[in-house]
Amino acid sequence: MADARIGWEARRPGRLHPLAIRVMHWTNAVAMIVMIGSGWAIYNDEVIFGWLHFPGWMTLGAGPEGALQWHFLAMWILALNGIVYLVYGLATGRFRRMLLPIRIGEVIAEVRAALALRLSHDDLTRYNAVQRLLYIGIILVGIVQVLSGLVVWKPVQFSELALLFYDFQTARLVHFLGMTAIVGFLLVHVALALMVPRTLIAMVTGGPSLPGEPPAELEPAMTEPPAPCDPPADPAPVATDPALALTEPEPQQLEPQPGQPNDRTS
Amino acid sequence: MSHRHPSPPSVFRPAAGIDQSALDENRALLRAIDRRKILRGGLSLGALTMLTGCDVTRRDSVQRVLKTVSEWNDRAQALMFRPHHLAPTFSPDKVVKPPRFNAYYDVEDMVPVDGETWRLELAGRISDKRPWTLRQIYGLPEQEIIVRHICVEGWDYIGQWSGVNLRLFLERIGADLTARYVAFRCADDYYGSIDMASALHPQTLLATKYAREPMADPFGFPLRLRTAVKLGFKNPKWITAMEVTDTYRGGYWEDRGFNWFSGI
Repeated sequence: MADARIGWEARRPGRLHPLAIRVMHWTNAVAMIVMIGSGWAIYNDEVIFGWLHFPGWMTLGAGPEGALQWHFLAMWILALNGIVYLVYGLATGRFRRMLLPIRIGEVIAEVRAALALRLSHDDLTRYNAVQRLLYIGIILVGIVQVLSGLVVWKPVQFSELALLFYDFQTARLVHFLGMTAIVGFLLVHVALALMVPRTLIAMVTGGPSLPGEPPAELEPAMTEPPAPCDPPADPAPVATDPALALTEPEPQQLEPQPGQPNDRTS
Repeated sequence: MSHRHPSPPSVFRPAAGIDQSALDENRALLRAIDRRKILRGGLSLGALTMLTGCDVTRRDSVQRVLKTVSEWNDRAQALMFRPHHLAPTFSPDKVVKPPRFNAYYDVEDMVPVDGETWRLELAGRISDKRPWTLRQIYGLPEQEIIVRHICVEGWDYIGQWSGVNLRLFLERIGADLTARYVAFRCADDYYGSIDMASALHPQTLLATKYAREPMADPFGFPLRLRTAVKLGFKNPKWITAMEVTDTYRGGYWEDRGFNWFSGI
């Protein structure tokens, strides 16, 4: 029992976004913008929809040959970064901790609240049901983009995979629709980050420390932390700054005292 | 430069010095400043500034990086290439007739080739370099493929091509099959080259017919390359010379920035 307690205290409390996640996030952001901008230029060379041409200032690359060079550069960065991200998320349990479970009831309630512009985002360390759904969704879209992209690039070498997308033009269409989904996600993602700037800062600095281990016991305490968005009526405004919150002492009152009769771990 | 005199008291300098009590009052705040955290944050901000590079494509160093990556992509594609993997083939009722014209000029500017005076010149690592007449080419065994033509722009169609298998022709003329490239020159000054592995693929032909009819002028009469494992522009039309070589010859579009390997 004493060993377990030492183990918990000895472990440094993790940050919301560890350095690895932040590096991968911004690498992905840059590579994705290069992929989108060059992809639009490639699309313009042979449009799928006659009414849709992307204006030149929105595209990347001098001519289709330059756009293809950008696309075939950023694809490696995006794919390698994405693979490392998936392995990291699965191996460290980040996906399970941050993205699961998703309950339908919560999703409906959160969507209703969001449509009424009641965005509650007091605790950065917990994603709400809509966030979880969107983040899992965009990871899946990313996987579809890689697969459809491989088929558009090499429909003969990957002819078995190409069957999944029916034929070459449908793979192109899927790749285009995947781009549309990513751009849609990007607009919402950036808009929300700008509305709650603490989330943007957290993706640069790392954000607040994650709460301690036993989440079940933490639940009651979480119902009444000072809302960080509120004006600092509280005499201790320092605590509302998430960047400083990591210097706060661990919530000692949640810690079972050694030798107490209700301790069942010994 | 004159000797510097002690400057007069600056208006920005407080006359009474710094109030030390401020340090005591904000001791907790100061303790919270983590130097490493600021450095790390600065690193991420540095990454953010990359997002603002709008005219980066014009810079030479960027062009060099893009060219280097494109050459690296040539090697990556050669590693990914499956020499015995066949491209999907289609039934004759899917064939588009006539095929789609494509060149670096409009169809009105296309100059037909006279089949009577035409010769295929051979060069490089080939033991029998005698030129070939069209009649001699027609005398070679014929292979037919119905495959998808995919243009680098994104359009495609299914075409039915016949002619001599390129591997068979290379063996017939005594070409060195261990050479790195097969290069082509064309009547319209177009030129191109492909890797030997793709040249030896079972679905790579020197085509003379389309949809079982003699190939019409706009599509490469009398002789063109038709391979199922490359993008459309890697299939030179109106071929007049072929070279087997270890020297990189590039190509018309490749020398303008398109990826050289361009395998599909």
